[in-house]
Amino acid sequence: MVKGRQGERVRLYVRGTILGYKRSKSNQYENTSLVQIEGVNTKEVAWYCGKRMVYIYKAKTKTKGTRYRCIWGKVARPHGNSGVIRAKFKSNLPPKSMGRRVRVFMYPSNI
Amino acid sequence: MIRSVSYAILLGWPFEGSTVLRISLPLLALAMAPTKKERTASRNPSLVRGIGKFSRSKMYHKRGIWAIKAKHGGSFPRHEPKPASAPPPAVKPPKFYPADDVKTPIPNRRKPKPTKLRASITPGTVLILLAGRFMGKRVVFLKQLPSGLLLVTGPFMINGVPLRRVNQAYVIATSTKVDLSGVNVDKFDDKYFTKEKKKTTKKGEGEFFETDKEETKALPQEKKDDQKAVDSQLIKAIEAVEDLKAFTQPRRNKMQKTTHYQLPAVVRRYECYLPDSTSGA
Repeated sequence: MVKGRQGERVRLYVRGTILGYKRSKSNQYENTSLVQIEGVNTKEVAWYCGKRMVYIYKAKTKTKGTRYRCIWGKVARPHGNSGVIRAKFKSNLPPKSMGRRVRVFMYPSNI
Repeated sequence: MIRSVSYAILLGWPFEGSTVLRISLPLLALAMAPTKKERTASRNPSLVRGIGKFSRSKMYHKRGIWAIKAKHGGSFPRHEPKPASAPPPAVKPPKFYPADDVKTPIPNRRKPKPTKLRASITPGTVLILLAGRFMGKRVVFLKQLPSGLLLVTGPFMINGVPLRRVNQAYVIATSTKVDLSGVNVDKFDDKYFTKEKKKTTKKGEGEFFETDKEETKALPQEKKDDQKAVDSQLIKAIEAVEDLKAFTQPRRNKMQKTTHYQLPAVVRRYECYLPDSTSGA
């Protein structure tokens, strides 16, 4: 991000919450996470399929000039009927990410 | 059934079997008709890939080779043999044979096409950039380059986005269009945007410690001129469209909390954007 951006503070992503891993009652599959996208609670969530998303977290040490680190992922498919989606990340999300924020971007766009 | 028919062919006709008669009648019609209609489909429909419906003997009959032979006195008509051309110059056997057979790779004849442009993106469309340095900026689409990337400009005077390449996937097309008839973008292609290769000269030890002052990345003047040339035409076209100039200029608004699957309708609302309103996208 360019520092000191004037004026425009557009949020070109949708907020999402990481709900946890794909799981059954007593088995969990960490390679897929479940994400609730803000404001979406129906099957219309299929629009988001394929969109890229990122989980951002902070670390103590500086790598590449910043303490922020990220894990990139994609919306894989809807999960159920209520707007939750399944997401696959480049590496599995850590368990402490549950309940935390994810940014769902609008690209790759098809509009 | 087929076997009986083929036997009949071998024996010479007349033979029974209604299907055979059906085959021979059209042939007779062809022989009698003065003009032939060009046959477009194969006479042997394929059942499965590689397997035709009719056997070789049946096909012999269908193609009418027997009729052509009968017409030409028992043998298939042939062309006159071509006069023997001079024998090709004798090739000397090579003196050296490599020990192992070296396989030559098949030349790659594939010519990649530029990515298919979305129907919503036409020259003159106002696009919204979704990522990169200029994310969130509204920008005018000029043309698609041979690499598939989109050539885009702010215009620079309006929002600071220069002539730039952008990938289609990182762009939302609005329904607003600008008239590009006055703008000439023929000179731009992918080579225009490639980085210039630095000439590496071998440095002596003394020079090693001096800072390399060639690294200044000033834009060559001709690129600035190109930008101005395109933009001057473009700005006129933009001012012709109501409110569009204000739309492409950076604003101090926040994006409204609309959910993005509604976005196509929201984005089309940009057309009636008024500069004073605070409702964003």
